[in-house]
Amino acid sequence: MYDHMAVRTTKSGQKAPRHKSRRVSYVEIAAAIALTCIALAAAIGDTIASAPGLTQERQRQLTEFVRQDCGSCHGMTLKGGLGRPLSADMFEGRGADIIAEIILDGIPGTAMPPWRALLTEAEADWIAEALKRGDIR
Amino acid sequence: MMRVIATLAVLLGLAVSAAADDLRGTGDLGIVIERASGSIAIVDTTNHAILGRVEGLGDVSHASAVYSRDERYVYVFGRDGGLTKIDMLTRKIVDRVVQSGNAIGGAISDDGRLIAVSNYEPGGVKVFNAETLDLVADIPAVYGKAGARSKTVGLVDAPGRRFVFSLWDAGETWIVDFSTGETPQVTKFADIGLNPYDGLITGDGRHYLAGLFGEDGLAHIDLWAEPPAPRRILDNYGRGEEKLPVYKMPHLEGWALAGDRFFLPAIGRHEVLAVDARSFEEIGRIKVKGQPVFAVARPDGRQVWVNFALPDNRFIQVIDVPTMTIVHEFEPGPAALHMEFSPRGHEVWISVRDADRVDVYDTRTFAKIAELPAMKPSGIFFTARAHRTGL
Repeated sequence: MYDHMAVRTTKSGQKAPRHKSRRVSYVEIAAAIALTCIALAAAIGDTIASAPGLTQERQRQLTEFVRQDCGSCHGMTLKGGLGRPLSADMFEGRGADIIAEIILDGIPGTAMPPWRALLTEAEADWIAEALKRGDIR
Repeated sequence: MMRVIATLAVLLGLAVSAAADDLRGTGDLGIVIERASGSIAIVDTTNHAILGRVEGLGDVSHASAVYSRDERYVYVFGRDGGLTKIDMLTRKIVDRVVQSGNAIGGAISDDGRLIAVSNYEPGGVKVFNAETLDLVADIPAVYGKAGARSKTVGLVDAPGRRFVFSLWDAGETWIVDFSTGETPQVTKFADIGLNPYDGLITGDGRHYLAGLFGEDGLAHIDLWAEPPAPRRILDNYGRGEEKLPVYKMPHLEGWALAGDRFFLPAIGRHEVLAVDARSFEEIGRIKVKGQPVFAVARPDGRQVWVNFALPDNRFIQVIDVPTMTIVHEFEPGPAALHMEFSPRGHEVWISVRDADRVDVYDTRTFAKIAELPAMKPSGIFFTARAHRTGL
């Protein structure tokens, strides 16, 4: 009865190329942080960091996606449900890359599904960063 | 003096008739949960109209509701542990308690006097006086040697002032029996299966089914058996194949029975399972568009309407029960996640969450009859549920 789980865990091979791409993403993250600082210094009221490659419209859609669809299990206000809370303090000591990886590949043997078919890596990275910063509530 | 009395009588008569003109029943009313704004819309199903809104219900994402026996009051169970009693006619909050940190629905006893709420945090079930919302019983879902608390799911009412629910973390089903008063007798069944995610009870109050997320199968308890005992049904319906991702947990409801068959969403498979209601053997499976979330029988049992998790949540398919084939597919719009039939099934109301709209369809012609604006609508609950076990 655990067959499906066994099959899923063998998919971890997929994760290998992700790790390679991580170094690039750190640069992206650094860029995002720099942009945030500039934006915060220059503009008023824009709380969401500009990420390279994601339009403001897509960021708005992803925010809504996290609230409504991740919210099915994690609660619309991300305070938890069948799934654990996704508040910023839950992610302390955990890198955004790990969070993005969980979003993309799920956690085998649990109800957390792999979202890779519905999200790009850049989108998962953006969500992970936003959750870690506590920007999505 | 006589003239004064006569005048008073006429005035009184006018007052009474004026009041009589304002009277109305509640049998054709219902509510639509507006998940993002912490409100409900109270709807008139005869005129396809929104009568008004009640706000201030907290976090009502994944909220559900039950009705008092007189259909005057609705009890709304919010995600944030809020239990709110609302008058359907005055559209005012009568009473409200925040009874836990995180909750997942509730039930009302057959005599209408007890309200039970299923909680994730802290895990367990709390039971309240339906009149006053005073706490009657607190039943922590404690399991295992370490005394951990489980999230509770699949809470339903059963005849005889009983409630039945399952423990997600523990794989148990409990029956709490209030037939002798306010101190419940608790019967626990261990090892019903891995991670029960929801439960249903049939309209006759006899069969409790718990869907299992952690394995291919369901748990069944015949509550008429002496003593009741859980057994596994549809074991290995996935045939050991890899599960597809489940982007939204399916729901089980008392509407699963259509004639002599149950229609149940498979987990991790794009199929609806048809199960013989006597033998509980599988009698067929219908390939559907995506991961089913709800498989809801029209009240006459002739059709089963199915909606889906992402990425197929724009669609609905209709299964014809006698032929077990899909006879209609349509696209109500983004996130068509909840359906509610009129009591005799001539119409169905569908929440189209991401279009901020509720649509009403004729279930025979499949034509759209009405559109109502609503803010991020989710669950729809009509007052007729008051008179059905398990809803």
